[in-house]
Amino acid sequence: MSAVIETSTWRRVLSPTGNTGDAVFRVLMLLVALLMVGIVVAMVIALASDSMLAVKQFGFRFLISQRWDPIKGEFGALPFVYGTVMSSLIALLISVPFSLGIAIFLVEQAPRYIARPVGFLVELLAAIPSVVYGLWGIFVLAPFLRQYVEPALAKALGWLPLFRGTITGIGLLTGGIILAIMVTPIISAVVRDVLAAVPGSQREAALALGATKWEMIRVVLVNGAPGIAGAVILGLGRALGETMAVTMVIGNRPEISASLFEPSYTIASAIANEFTEATGDLYLSALVELGLILFLVTFIVNGIARLLVWNVTRRTGGVGRAA
Amino acid sequence: MTTLTALCTVLAVSALLIILSYIAWEGIGSLNFQFLVDRPRPVGEGGGIGNAILGSLVLLLISSAFGLPLGICVGVYLSEIGKGRLGGMVRFIVDTLTGIPSIVTGVFVYAILVLPMKHFSALAGGVALAMIMIPIVARTTEEMLKLVPHSMREGALALGAPQWRVILGVVIPAAAPGIATGAMLAIARVSGETAPLLFTAFGSRFFPTSLNEPIASLTVQIYNYAISPYDEWHAQAWAATLVLMTLVLGINIIVRLLTRKRF
Repeated sequence: MSAVIETSTWRRVLSPTGNTGDAVFRVLMLLVALLMVGIVVAMVIALASDSMLAVKQFGFRFLISQRWDPIKGEFGALPFVYGTVMSSLIALLISVPFSLGIAIFLVEQAPRYIARPVGFLVELLAAIPSVVYGLWGIFVLAPFLRQYVEPALAKALGWLPLFRGTITGIGLLTGGIILAIMVTPIISAVVRDVLAAVPGSQREAALALGATKWEMIRVVLVNGAPGIAGAVILGLGRALGETMAVTMVIGNRPEISASLFEPSYTIASAIANEFTEATGDLYLSALVELGLILFLVTFIVNGIARLLVWNVTRRTGGVGRAA
Repeated sequence: MTTLTALCTVLAVSALLIILSYIAWEGIGSLNFQFLVDRPRPVGEGGGIGNAILGSLVLLLISSAFGLPLGICVGVYLSEIGKGRLGGMVRFIVDTLTGIPSIVTGVFVYAILVLPMKHFSALAGGVALAMIMIPIVARTTEEMLKLVPHSMREGALALGAPQWRVILGVVIPAAAPGIATGAMLAIARVSGETAPLLFTAFGSRFFPTSLNEPIASLTVQIYNYAISPYDEWHAQAWAATLVLMTLVLGINIIVRLLTRKRF
């Protein structure tokens, strides 16, 4: 293929085959691929430059101040950070055990003719648009929580400040639960891939040593642990940035309250709600800074998750080949 | 333990069924032909989602026009050209692009398109959706191209074809059904997006006349009606949701049926 020797080094880099068409094609594809890198760089630059006003005005105080008062020009992001982190944590607390259960059932226990269609149904949960979850949350989930779940929680666990307060059905808990339903298909799908990537020899070895089926599954889980962690972090990244459904059920009040029943506010929903209403450059700039924070956090969280998941699939892939 | 894990699965599936049956139940009541072709009217006067359906289709067309070719090119780069460290970096960037919250994409497009143009537009909305589409299409295209056996590439190269002709004439046609599947899934995904449209396409109560002005979409319409205080609009939100879900689930189920036959 590289019979054409007299071409310059540059040309050989562009096209190992020495064909001009190839060089053009490769450069074109490379440019499009670099466009992706360019988009990410442009995102950072655009968000950073448009939020400069707020960054200069408030500095680090932006992150630790509780006051969000557009009329007085006071912007502190802490209530949003709190709401975002808490709703995502509630979502993970609920969805991680479920997702693990689903993945174990579908990969290790269910016969193929059940696992395939049921796996598809679980994945369909991820296909439901966010705004549809929000609509369902407002008119079905919130009234249900208000009538049955929250009074029961208040009665049983009311000695905790978490479960005290006015019961409205709209608040942090509802946001967390709707997020849980939304991230479960994502986490369980990745965990399924991770478990499926654990080599069969591990299972056979465990069984051969006299392990029960459940003990064998524990071996598989330990083997896939980093990948499972990656799946959970991936779900976290998704929950942190989820917008519409949360905006519609969390109550949108920029206050930090110990109670999970009280309305809260997330970074994403603040942007969604206030961006078009923002009057004045400082207000808009503060909202863009929220966007920048969200971008950086989800970028890092997703990066970590991808590395973890990749490592597992690569490592077990290698072991599988060796075996 | 099997009971416990099966219970988790049953609960997840029943969540799906409960949500879907609610949408069908609530939505079917307000659904009629007039509703599908009319534009929104003030409370009490009926009105429909004709402009929103048309707007969503326009937005999907714009985003597909940008997103599909670019996404496929990135996929080709990842699978056929970008080996080595640069390829790894691009793959990582594409993967993380998938995880960027769509609301941030909206803010970004607002900053680079809406602010300079000084008004919301269908074009800006389409670009925002395209940015969500590209990484999805890129990764599915890459996976599909990798499924094409190496012997086909080698055969074409051995016949003297340059690499670009091998890729365009042999590899991509062989993977075309898979690439189309990925494209359909990406379209299904962005047709449900709301957040990036809020301050790019913005929404409108009229039929679209130009790509350079705000445009309605099903999702934004559902959002606006859902948070409104009127029962009539709530009913319309459910009906619009039924239309949206028919589109989204329809694509997903068709793709599933097609791919099951193939692989």
